Amino acid sequence: MKKVKVATVWLDGCSGCHMSLLDMDAAIISLAQKIDLVYGPLVDAQEFPEDVDVTLVEGAVSSQDDLAKLQKIRQRTQLLVSLGDCAVTGNVPAMRNSIPVNKLLQRIYVEGAQEGKVVPTDGVPALLKGARPLREFVKVDLCLPGCPPPAKTIAAVISDLVDGKKREPGLAVKFG
Amino acid sequence: MKRITIDPVTRIEGHAKITIQLDDSGRVAGTEFHVTQVRGFEKFTEGRPFYEMPGITSRICGICPVSHLLASSKACDSIMAVRIPPVAKKLRELVHCAQIVQSHALSFFYLSAPDLLLGMDSDMANRNVLGVIATHPEMARDGIELRKFGLQIIEGLAQERVHPSWIVPGGVETPLSAPVRDRILSDLPSAQAIAGRTLQFFKHALDNYKDEIEFFGSAPTMHAGLVDRKGNLQFYDGGLRFCSPSGELVQDQIPAEEYLDWIGEASLRDSYLKAPFFKPQGFPEGTYRVGPLARLNVANQCGTPQADVEFVEFHQRFGSPAHSAFLYHYARLIEIVHALEKIELLLADPQILEKHVRATAGVNSLEGVGMIEAPRGTLIHHYKVNEDGGIVWANLIVATGHNNLAIGRSIRQVSEHFIDGDKLQEGMLNRVSAVVRAYDPCLSCSTHALGQIALRVQLVDANGGLLDEIATP
Repeated sequence: MKKVKVATVWLDGCSGCHMSLLDMDAAIISLAQKIDLVYGPLVDAQEFPEDVDVTLVEGAVSSQDDLAKLQKIRQRTQLLVSLGDCAVTGNVPAMRNSIPVNKLLQRIYVEGAQEGKVVPTDGVPALLKGARPLREFVKVDLCLPGCPPPAKTIAAVISDLVDGKKREPGLAVKFG
Repeated sequence: MKRITIDPVTRIEGHAKITIQLDDSGRVAGTEFHVTQVRGFEKFTEGRPFYEMPGITSRICGICPVSHLLASSKACDSIMAVRIPPVAKKLRELVHCAQIVQSHALSFFYLSAPDLLLGMDSDMANRNVLGVIATHPEMARDGIELRKFGLQIIEGLAQERVHPSWIVPGGVETPLSAPVRDRILSDLPSAQAIAGRTLQFFKHALDNYKDEIEFFGSAPTMHAGLVDRKGNLQFYDGGLRFCSPSGELVQDQIPAEEYLDWIGEASLRDSYLKAPFFKPQGFPEGTYRVGPLARLNVANQCGTPQADVEFVEFHQRFGSPAHSAFLYHYARLIEIVHALEKIELLLADPQILEKHVRATAGVNSLEGVGMIEAPRGTLIHHYKVNEDGGIVWANLIVATGHNNLAIGRSIRQVSEHFIDGDKLQEGMLNRVSAVVRAYDPCLSCSTHALGQIALRVQLVDANGGLLDEIATP
């Protein structure tokens, strides 16, 4: 059987959704028979591959880099899943949205430093005005809410997708 | 000149990129480590009620949310001016030890084992946890089980594995039940067996990594970490100790409230991650390291029998202080052994099932600082509130931040030793990433301020011209 190509991506989030993904514990051993993990924080690929079957995206879209990455992912992915509340609604990262970006950066890098007192600009991506959910930028095929979504829910959804089924998770989600 | 970009640095907890410049003869002329994300927690929490801070700041990091819950709750305890019930402190220590086990297991088995078991130069398509499952199934299963052991303790106490709401200002929400205690105790021997055989395996394998030990960030630095009154290793409480690069005591028993007298932060133009420094020595001379290696370097001993045997052997083999960043892996495994012993001791405490687990109070102090040793090093939460308990100012210093400059220097050292610009190979670049992995940086945590780290390696000539980039498939 041809293995399903799965990618996971982490934008502006805390990686808690990726941890919940690993919280399937030993079930990852049997899942490894069915999938190839082709991109993500757990593997070494540097470039997002051309033809990915399923991509799980954790985190909100918060910087120019995030946005460019998301658009590339959308072009190269059959099925795009918003994984967790930050990707689905913006959640905690979006708490910064009422604050102008320059004020935020001033507070951290100028007022919040004893040396340097400079806002980073070299080799770092510019922040967007706010942290926004994925669906405001690209078509999302499936939303998996929760902070984080429970391990069982994530495992069930992946298992469905690997078997070619797509359904909204009517399973337990964790709010708050 | 040529520039190599590693973007992203993979198998780390966050977003980073590395830039390496090569001169005309292919030698490394410079390196840069950029953290490419920032999130703004210190600013956007202004105005929130202080008791929301544990819940909000735990979202800084899904790998070690318990660290932020603990540091934040300690800062809140101090705003309430309460001493939490004795059993609450023990339960917090218990959940913290469980977290150290799971977080260290993630770092070792899921993120770094692919380099150690499959090889730094192995095929990058398989050099990951699924590759380890395929080639070393017993080791993979051990890693999964050990991580699960830690997380099941967290789940048993706090009902949830990620972002539990159980650790609260004043203590914890619910007491430990006898069945949960008994289940942990029955699983403990198997976790201890895994920790023991992994440590034995690693010690035997060390001879294969002589080059890495010698060149992976081996430049001496100061080290810092919490110790108790006897100078023993501490994760939850205690005072902060700084030791010099040669191991002399520089400052000891710094209480949380006085951290600002000793630690400053510098902003960097090319990274969203600020660089803390030891104030008396200024910036950048006051560079120091934190985390498992630093903790074993500053402590007199661990304070539990098994771990202390390992502690002595560790320093006999590599000196005191031991400086190579590769030894972070070794130190992490010793800390797992120690944390498991601590779990056993805490569960054997006759007090541990007591029901009074939470102190209540309003705002009794307008300022509070909480300091703990997170898995990756010293974590500080500092809040100021108004009389209604609204946050007016917050400052967070996280473990990976302290290591920022040292990681940068280690990248430089590894690049200089392993990269040959004329015959660039992927395995060379993987070693550069691997030294970053050795620190187990949590860029999730460290970019609470703003964002993510992307790791890029470009090969640039001395005039800044792009010579080459590793085109990875």
